[in-house]
Amino acid sequence: MSPDRKSRIAEFLGRHEKELVRAWIDRQLASVATRRDLISEGDLREQSSQFLRHLRDAAIAGGSDDLAGSQWDALRELLGEISQSRARLGFTPTETAMFVFSLKEPLFTLLRQELGSDPSALAEEAWNATALLDRLGLYTTDLYQRGRDQIIVRQQQEMMELSTPVVQLWEGVLGLPLIGTLDSARTQIVMESLLQRIVDTGARIAIIDITGVPTVDTLVAQHLLKTVAAARLMGADCIISGIRPQIAQTVVHLGLDLTTVVTKATLADAFAVALQRVGLSVVRSAALR
Amino acid sequence: MDRIPILKMGPMLLVSIQVDMHDELAMSLQDDLTDRIVGDRARGVLIDISSLEVVDSFIGRMLGNIAAMAKVLDAETVVVGMRPAVAITLVELGMSLSGVRTALNVERAMEMLQMATADGRATSVEGPDGRHPD
Amino acid sequence: MAVTRTEKLPVHVASDVVRVRQVVRAWAVQIGLNLVDQTKIVTAASELARNTVIYGGGGTVELESITNGSRRGLRLTFLDYGPGIADIDRALTDGFTTGTGLGLGLGGARRLSNEFEIRSQPGAGTTVRITRWT
Repeated sequence: MSPDRKSRIAEFLGRHEKELVRAWIDRQLASVATRRDLISEGDLREQSSQFLRHLRDAAIAGGSDDLAGSQWDALRELLGEISQSRARLGFTPTETAMFVFSLKEPLFTLLRQELGSDPSALAEEAWNATALLDRLGLYTTDLYQRGRDQIIVRQQQEMMELSTPVVQLWEGVLGLPLIGTLDSARTQIVMESLLQRIVDTGARIAIIDITGVPTVDTLVAQHLLKTVAAARLMGADCIISGIRPQIAQTVVHLGLDLTTVVTKATLADAFAVALQRVGLSVVRSAALR
Repeated sequence: MDRIPILKMGPMLLVSIQVDMHDELAMSLQDDLTDRIVGDRARGVLIDISSLEVVDSFIGRMLGNIAAMAKVLDAETVVVGMRPAVAITLVELGMSLSGVRTALNVERAMEMLQMATADGRATSVEGPDGRHPD
Repeated sequence: MAVTRTEKLPVHVASDVVRVRQVVRAWAVQIGLNLVDQTKIVTAASELARNTVIYGGGGTVELESITNGSRRGLRLTFLDYGPGIADIDRALTDGFTTGTGLGLGLGGARRLSNEFEIRSQPGAGTTVRITRWT
């Protein structure tokens, strides 16, 4: 596209900015996709005016129109903000893209006014305008997709950390090896599922092993203690194993009372105690040599 | 007014709380159980709360009272089948029910009661009015 | 924050306390609270309803389904025109072990809720409001 074509759009946008903004906003307000329930007219006005201003600036600067150039930075950033805020408000990606596409009708009306007498110029300008707005509209869809991808990656990470299954170490003895850093919400979920497994298996003892947990803060420690108390109320006992020296120090520092809880340094020690409690012992069989 | 039925099985008394009790019903249960422990010379009491979706401080206290009174009358009490959500809530509420023994299921509860009572053999099953089924 | 649904229930006698538990449970399920959170708010409601009956001389509870952005919540407001509470801080301290009347009720209800508000004047009644969010 030749530079002087580009500057023609800039010229039109400059001359008719006010009426174009008005016409565009009217067009949006008349459309369901605008989601009047989620966004105020004031915000809409603000977003539309800013969009046209940045579009005009980019058009004036000229150069290529593939949205990569620095003249498109401001407009891209604005679309980024609009896309993000709308996604958070609950707009679908199509509804956000419609924000851009809805500019076509008032823009074409304007072009027809200005270039009505020159059909080939009108055709070319209209084509350029539509190609540009298409690219800008699709850009918002792109952003939406990228945002979703980020959420998916984060959730996958969380799931991997969360997936600490409760294992049956022996009849009546469950083990819960906790791995990674625990936060309050995840600790609650894991603990609730432990209690449910205790019911499901009728386990008498649950060993909560925190060897794989680097630090324990007050909130997590409280959740652990509450879980032990809840299990006891239900009729099962808990042993906490794998307490590292650092955690032992933290516990004392925070003044946490662990006197009612049985703790063992290693999972193996805890297992030995558990077997004893359920009346089992491990005997070396004399047979095969 | 309805009362919660109490079954006798040998030296044990069995209660299964299946309804959302109002306070008066809970108090009646407490009284009835105490009377029956004495009347039937029971050595063990099994209270099944597996149907209870809510145990508040009043019911919690009732369970504690029953266990304490039974103990005075030389009987052991075991509360069976507390649901996880109920246990978590009681802990948050601040009730420790420290004088109450608990078991996950009836099998385990019976083991505990049979160990605690001298004679573990069940002799008969009697209905709430004390008569043998014919 | 918006209120999407409301209902008022009488809280005068023991059977009202049971009804409050049942209605609050139904609302909690409808709002989408998970099982543990349902149990917590039903238990808190039971405590507060009982207080209203026993110490407040009877009153009402208003249930409100509320929203704040994408979060949904259940808000309960217990109101009575009874004698009121002279020392709120003391009332909020668990009195269970010393056997004082208010026991775990108020403190427990606070621990079981995300939000807790109390207003009380001796001779002018008491209002307790609790909220549980999804």
